[in-house]
Amino acid sequence: MAKATSEAGKGVAEIEGHDLSAEDPLILKHYYHQMLLIRRFEERASEMYTKAKIGGYCHLNLGEEATIVGLTAALTDDDYIYTNYREHGYVIARGVAPGPVMAELFGRETGTSGGRGGSMHLFDARSHFMGGYGIVGGQVPLATGAAYALKYQGKPGVVICQVGDATTNIGPWYESLNLAKLHQLPILYFIVNNGFGMGTSVKEGSSEPDLWKKGSSFRIHGEQVDGSDVLAVRDATKRLRAKAERDGEPAIMDVVSFRFRGHSVIDPDRYRNADEVKRGRVEHDPLTHFARRLLEAKIVDDAYIRDTADKVEHEVQEAIDFADQSRPPAMKDLYKYMYATDVPNTISEAEQEMFQARLDVEEGEGKRS
Amino acid sequence: MPVITYRQALNDTLSEELARDPNVVLMGEEIGKFEGSYKVTAGLLAKYGPKRVVDTPIAEMGFIGLAAGAAMLGLRPVVEVMTINFILMAVDQVVNHASKIHYMFGGQARVPMVIRTPSGGIGQLGATHSQSFENWFAYCPGIKVVAPSTPYDAKGLLRASIRDDDPVLFIESLPLYDTKGEVPEGDYTVPIGVAEVKREGTDVTVIGYSRMTFVAMQVAEKLAKDEGISVEVVDLRSLRPLDRPTIINSIKKTNRAVIIEEDWRSYGIGAEVAATIQEEAFDYLDAPVLRVAGLEVPLPYAEQLSKASKPSAPDLVDAIHKVLRGSKRLIA
Repeated sequence: MAKATSEAGKGVAEIEGHDLSAEDPLILKHYYHQMLLIRRFEERASEMYTKAKIGGYCHLNLGEEATIVGLTAALTDDDYIYTNYREHGYVIARGVAPGPVMAELFGRETGTSGGRGGSMHLFDARSHFMGGYGIVGGQVPLATGAAYALKYQGKPGVVICQVGDATTNIGPWYESLNLAKLHQLPILYFIVNNGFGMGTSVKEGSSEPDLWKKGSSFRIHGEQVDGSDVLAVRDATKRLRAKAERDGEPAIMDVVSFRFRGHSVIDPDRYRNADEVKRGRVEHDPLTHFARRLLEAKIVDDAYIRDTADKVEHEVQEAIDFADQSRPPAMKDLYKYMYATDVPNTISEAEQEMFQARLDVEEGEGKRS
Repeated sequence: MPVITYRQALNDTLSEELARDPNVVLMGEEIGKFEGSYKVTAGLLAKYGPKRVVDTPIAEMGFIGLAAGAAMLGLRPVVEVMTINFILMAVDQVVNHASKIHYMFGGQARVPMVIRTPSGGIGQLGATHSQSFENWFAYCPGIKVVAPSTPYDAKGLLRASIRDDDPVLFIESLPLYDTKGEVPEGDYTVPIGVAEVKREGTDVTVIGYSRMTFVAMQVAEKLAKDEGISVEVVDLRSLRPLDRPTIINSIKKTNRAVIIEEDWRSYGIGAEVAATIQEEAFDYLDAPVLRVAGLEVPLPYAEQLSKASKPSAPDLVDAIHKVLRGSKRLIA
C-alpha cells in the first residue's frame, strides 16, 4: 500500500540532461527535419484554409513539434496511437507522407481517410495511427480498449492516448484511468498541455492544475515533461513505454508546450495577452531551440539549416500539389463505407430516389464541364 | 424441436459463441459473479473464466468505449448494459464513435461489437427505469439495431450480430425473458435487416417489434377466434436497417395498417413506419395508418398509472377495430 501510494505521488519534473555528442547525428537531423516539416505543413495548411481549400475545423500543431516528434521517436511499429483533433503532425511523424495528409484536409479520395474524415479524423491503419477524434475525450476509452486488446491477445506494444490538457476534466478520462489500472493495461496517457482548452486556462478549468497528479486516485504514476525539448519527450516516453509494456503499468505524461496560435485557424486568440503570446513564441519555440543546440554542438551548420528549409518547403509544396490534383470522392461512393458487413435494406426507396437525382445532377455537370 | 425460453436462447448463444471464437469476450456490470441482473449470463463465468466474462465497474461510457476500442484491434466484445436507460451515459461512445469509425476513417477500421440491453418493461419501474430508447440509435446511420420477439429470432439474431463486423445494438425486453418458443439445435442465423411476416392475414397488418410483436400475436389469435378478423403480423426484427419492402408488401395485401410500439408516439419507430407506408403505399391504403404507443409522460410509479402509460392488447384491439370501420369485414 505504502509503495503504491508513494509511486503514484511521485511526479517531479525530470530534467534530463542530454549530451548531444552521445546521440547519433543522423537521428538528430531526422528529428529536426520532421519538426520543421510539421511546422511548415501547418503554416501552409493555415494558408490553404484561408484560401478555402480546407473546410470545416482545422487545428494546428504549431509550437508542439518537439512534443510530437519526441513521442513518435520513442515508439515501435507495434505501438498504436489515438489522438484528439489536433493531430496532423502525429500522422506525419508516424511516417505517413504529407501528401495524403494534406489531401485529407482538402477532402480528396487520396486522403488518409478517403476524404470522409477531414482534418479532425485522420487515420492510417498501416502505421497504427488509430484516428484523430473530434469529440473531446472520445478517444480515451477507445485507446484504453485498444490496450485491453493488446493485453488480451498477448501482443507486444503499447497504446498512446494523446489528449489535450482540458480533456483531463471530462468523465471518460476518469472512467478510463480506473479501467486501465484495474486491468494493468499497456497505455500511456499523453497530455499535450499547452495551457489552454480553447480559451479556458488550465487553472480556470482544473481544480488540480498539476495535471501529472491526476492519476493519483487511481494509483497511476504521472510526471511532467518539457514538451519543447524533443529529447526530453523521447526519453521520458521511452522509459514509461517500457514499463507499460513490460509491467502493464499505465502512466500519465504531462507534456508542457506553448500553443503558438488560437485554438483553431479561425480563432483570433483575443483571450491571451498578445505580448505574452509573441514572447512565448520566441521563448518556447522548439525548433529554434533545437537548431541552436545542434549548431552549438556542431552537428549541423548553417548550410544544413538552409538546405533543410528548402527541402521541407519543396516537400510541403508537393503535398499541396498532390492534394490539389487529387479527385474528390465520387458521388456514387457516398454509401461505400456505411457498413463493414453488407446488410439488406440499407437505403430506402425514397432515399434512393433522392440519391439518384443528385447523381444525375453531378453527371449532368460533368458533361457540361 | 426443443422449446426453451428467450433467456435460455440468449444464454446458449453466448456460450456457443464464446466456445467458437476466442476473440468473443463478454463485458458488463454484474454479468459474472452475480450472473447478470436478469441472469442472461448465468453460468458463463464458471464455464469460461474471468478473461472471457468480465465484470466491469459502473462506468458505461468507460466500458462501452473500451469495448469499441478493443473491437478496433480484433476482439468481438459483447457488452451487456443492464437496461437501456443506462446507455444514455455512453451515447457519445455509441453514436459519435462506434457508429462512425468505419465510415469516417474510410473503411480502415471496424468495430465488431454487440451491445445487448433490455428496453421498455412493465411493473412499476418508474420514470427512469422502463423507457424505450432504441429509436435514438436506430436514427443513426452506421450502427445496426435489432429487436427480436421470439426465442428463435433471439438466438439467430444474436449469433448474426456477434459475427457481424459492425456495431449492433441488440434490444431485449424484461417481460420476454421468460417467454418460450421452439429453437432448433445447430448453427443458424437470422439475417439483420430483414423483417418477417410472423402471421399471415388479409384484413389488416399489425407492425411491431420485440415485446409488442408478442402482444400483436396474442391479439391476432384472439381476434381470429372471437371475431373472425384476419390479422397479418409483421415483426420488424431490425430497426436499422428497416426492411421497408416487407412492410409495403403486406400493406398492398391488407390495405390497412396499425403500428404498435412501446416507445412514446412522437418521433418514435412508428412515425418512421407510418411515413414509409404513406410514401410507398399511399394508393393501397383504405384507412389512415394508426399507431398504438406509450402515453407521453415520464413513466409514473403508481400501479394503475404505470399500467395506463404503456400500450396494451386492448389498445391494439381498439385500433384494429378503428381501421376496419367501414370495411366489409366489420359490416358483416
